[in-house]
Amino acid sequence: MLAVPLLTACNGPLSTLNPSGPVALEIARLWWAMLIGAGLITAMVMVMLILAIRRGPMLTEGNTSERRWIYGWGLGFSLSVLTVLLAFALWVGERMLARDDGAVTVQAQASQWTWRFVQPGPGGQPVMTEGVLYVPAGQPFDVAITSTDVIHSFWVPQLGGKMDAIPGHPNLHRLMADEPGVYEGQCAEFCGRGHPFMRFEVVAYDPAGPLPDFASITGPMVEPAFPEDVSGFEGTGQTEIPAQESSE
Amino acid sequence: MTDATTTLEQDDARAQPSVKAADIAANPPQRALRLHRELDEVWSDLPGWRGFFTSVNHGTIGLRFMATAFVFFAIGGVLAMLIRAQLATRNGVFLDNDLYSQIFTMHGSIMMFLFAIPLLEGLALWLLPKILGARDMAFPRLSALGYFCYLFGGTVIVLSLLFGAAPDGGWFMYVPLTDKTYSPGVNADVWLLGVTFVEISAMAAAVEITVTILRCRAANMPLTRMPLMGWYLLGTSVMMLVGFPPLILGSILLEVQRAFDWPFFDVGRGGSPMLWQHLFWLFGHPEVYIIFLPAAGALSTIIPVLSRTKILGYGALVAAVIGLVFLSFGLWVHHMFTVGIPHMALAFFSAASALVAVPTAVQIFAWIGTMWEGRVQFRLPMLYIMGFFATFVMGGLTGVMLAMVPFNWQAHDTHFVVAHLHYVLIGGFVFPMLAAVAYWMPLICGRWRVRGLGEAAFWLIFIGFHGTFFIMHLTGLVGMPRRVGVYPDNPEWEWLNLISSIFGMIQSAGFALFAFDVIMQWMFGRRSWRNPWQAPTLEWAMPLPAPSYNFASLPGPRQPDAGSILPLARGEGLLPGAPRGWRETVVVEPGTGRPQHVAVLASNTALPVATSAAIGSFFAMMLAGFYWVAPLGILATLIVAWKWGAIMGTDRDHPPADVAPGIRLPLHWQVRNTLAYTGAVALLVADATLFASLLFGVGFLAVVAPNWPAPESGIATWPMLAVSLGALAAMALGTVASRLAEQRRADPSLRVWTRLGLISTGAGLVLLGVIGVWLDDPTRHARDALRGATLGFAVVHGVIALMLALRADLDARTGRISAERRGAVPVWQLFQLFWLGTSAVSLALILVQEVL
Repeated sequence: MLAVPLLTACNGPLSTLNPSGPVALEIARLWWAMLIGAGLITAMVMVMLILAIRRGPMLTEGNTSERRWIYGWGLGFSLSVLTVLLAFALWVGERMLARDDGAVTVQAQASQWTWRFVQPGPGGQPVMTEGVLYVPAGQPFDVAITSTDVIHSFWVPQLGGKMDAIPGHPNLHRLMADEPGVYEGQCAEFCGRGHPFMRFEVVAYDPAGPLPDFASITGPMVEPAFPEDVSGFEGTGQTEIPAQESSE
Repeated sequence: MTDATTTLEQDDARAQPSVKAADIAANPPQRALRLHRELDEVWSDLPGWRGFFTSVNHGTIGLRFMATAFVFFAIGGVLAMLIRAQLATRNGVFLDNDLYSQIFTMHGSIMMFLFAIPLLEGLALWLLPKILGARDMAFPRLSALGYFCYLFGGTVIVLSLLFGAAPDGGWFMYVPLTDKTYSPGVNADVWLLGVTFVEISAMAAAVEITVTILRCRAANMPLTRMPLMGWYLLGTSVMMLVGFPPLILGSILLEVQRAFDWPFFDVGRGGSPMLWQHLFWLFGHPEVYIIFLPAAGALSTIIPVLSRTKILGYGALVAAVIGLVFLSFGLWVHHMFTVGIPHMALAFFSAASALVAVPTAVQIFAWIGTMWEGRVQFRLPMLYIMGFFATFVMGGLTGVMLAMVPFNWQAHDTHFVVAHLHYVLIGGFVFPMLAAVAYWMPLICGRWRVRGLGEAAFWLIFIGFHGTFFIMHLTGLVGMPRRVGVYPDNPEWEWLNLISSIFGMIQSAGFALFAFDVIMQWMFGRRSWRNPWQAPTLEWAMPLPAPSYNFASLPGPRQPDAGSILPLARGEGLLPGAPRGWRETVVVEPGTGRPQHVAVLASNTALPVATSAAIGSFFAMMLAGFYWVAPLGILATLIVAWKWGAIMGTDRDHPPADVAPGIRLPLHWQVRNTLAYTGAVALLVADATLFASLLFGVGFLAVVAPNWPAPESGIATWPMLAVSLGALAAMALGTVASRLAEQRRADPSLRVWTRLGLISTGAGLVLLGVIGVWLDDPTRHARDALRGATLGFAVVHGVIALMLALRADLDARTGRISAERRGAVPVWQLFQLFWLGTSAVSLALILVQEVL
């Protein structure tokens, strides 16, 4: 009975359990692993508790029992589980960071309560859009995130974790969509009255196919988040996307 | 004084250190009823409504704190129900977005600041003197002051809801959303001023709990053998001393930015919104353990009693408490994993966040081991303890998950976090507190509970809680962020929310039934017999309900536990009765518990309520925007504060008090190391943390914020250097004078030194004023604003030092200082030294910034 709504929810457009990119996939795997571990530990503690209640008093020798409970379980068990988990999570996290490997950089600028994006468009020229971000599928891209007013947070759950948009502190966020498609995004940091409606879409297009129609808007261009990277921005646009386009 | 000292020294020589605490002979038995009448006359509150305004008794104030906290809990709970009603469907039209923002902000703020913290303060105030073997807290008037600040501040915060002016920026109030540009209304000011006003009670409680545990224990009860609750509450109070100042500083800075446009958090002028987040979470994370520790203390107290055995691993638990205190200050950044801090720095905080699970695990397994060794009795408190285990273990495990940086990037700010924090706070605080209420109710009201109601309430709460929050983890994982009131495009979230809402109502019904049960017990329960749980601790060594004075005579080594109830009532313990007609309790040496002197405590007085009204008038005028009238509130506060000192000293020497056969101890007027002195040291620890937080702000903005370096300053370096040195010299002279005043206290030259101290302190303040006039316009850049703030810190402490110098000078002139009596001089010295030290750092900082 519950299976159908459960599956619908897990496969929803904003679900972290429905990963469509390598970052989201790694995190989802980490989650399932931690869920199993946590479930086992909870069950174990509950069994200990039930046994402790049900058995009669059998005073073991004081020191033995303190050694067993406090050093054995309290220190030994918890430290070993945590060490393994920490090392694993650190390794997973390191692989998700933005690196200087020539990936496409796009700009995301948050304002109450809308997102503006600048991405390489036809001919590598930067195109500004509102509410929709266009990126090539199957390639990693970095989002340079800024805010013009209060703190917001850029989050596309199916692609990966979130990154805050903070005035004066631009952030770089590495993501990738495995397949062409439309992925929903939302602001994840409370930003005032319009917060529930501060949604956007990421359109991942097939870099080998024709470019989609960019629903571009006009107006003052979004300021580059990292001014020194402006050349790099054009460079990546020039070398990757238009090269494939001009071959058609 | 001399023969008391010699007696004690002889005692000391006889004692075998580390084998057994020194014995103290018993006083001759008296008629218990006569002692009771004598003490009750002195210790009881005034009758009727006057008692409400004048009581300073820890029993009354502690219960009042707890009852008020539960009223705010009910209000916060009603708000939670409004939230659940709104979220039950995706297009909830029940609340609009503005109102929804106010309601979730108020729900969080009320539960944190008006329920959890005051409830633990109330428990500590009510329980500590009883469990440690004292007659009252160290500073009874401070308890009452804290209570009225809490009551007034909390009432204003809650009333703002009725006017639609409630805070609406989320309970952690991130700037810039809460600055004047994006929150032009009074809403954010209500939070900043109201919460800061309420936090006066937290600071008062922190100082008081620290001093009480260190110095108001049973005679010869060493720190290393006090009840575990003492260790837990000592950890709590030290964390409060160090944890609250960053929040208080942050709130002051943000309010000053809102009121006077000083740009501490404004990116355009060298500020940074990240500074707020650091200051807030520097408080906010320790806060979680501040809430958890007293609850864990209750568990460590109740579990062995209801398992009919001793606690397993006393030393390990003390180590766990100390470990938690330290670790909890190293992991605030785990609330900020998504703000763009380098991954390797995050790894450090991630490891610290995971590591904090270790002392928690030690405690959990020690408790299970205790139950394993003993025979568990399934009484009502034990039921709530089972609720604690089932809930808190899961909350702890999701906490470890959230400490993992990659997972945090997905789960942060979603309903997964909402579920986690409710598992931790309700599991780790509310369930143990309900167990504590059920356990100590017989001592509170002298009655036994009504059968059946408590169990029904437990099951409703337990089932309602897990039904609400277990599924909420999933709601978060499938993408629902916090703080959205509608989700029209996500029908897949609707059934999850509906289930949470339905079970939320069941949970509320459970809490209502719990309240009903407590009232029924209070009114209709049958009389409880003494020590109904057969507990060993001293709070049960008294008749039920607890009398106003706690112990007719104070426990010593011959009255170690609850079994000594009759000898204590007959006056065989220390300091029997109230022979001088004063409220007296024995003060001990912090480590060994050796009795040192007898403190005469304040009796019923309206001074605390008047003081909180004076402080409140300042906050009210700030809230109303009457900034230029607000100093009148400060003036009123200073005038009332003056009266606190007036009734502390005495103008004649008193003979030592008979404490036990062969032990006569001086009254506190005639010793140097008084409770007030220890309290001043504790307060200065908090004060130094505030100053350190301010320095952190200076360093943080200079390094991290954009739009630095600041514009060229208009300060002339050499005159500035000269005046700074002059101010510091004046402060140093005041410090020297305060020391000489104490050394020459029996000498006629005393008056010269107090007068010199007064004049040089005044001169120091005037020179600080000159520097203030020279500083650049603080609205220009964050550097200038911070300079204004550091100077303001120096001025505030100068005014305190001046008040103390004035007190000492007046005492010297009215004969209240003598060879035996030091008056306020030792405390004055402390503040002079602190003022000198912090001002030297501040002025050096300004000059270094100028030169570099």
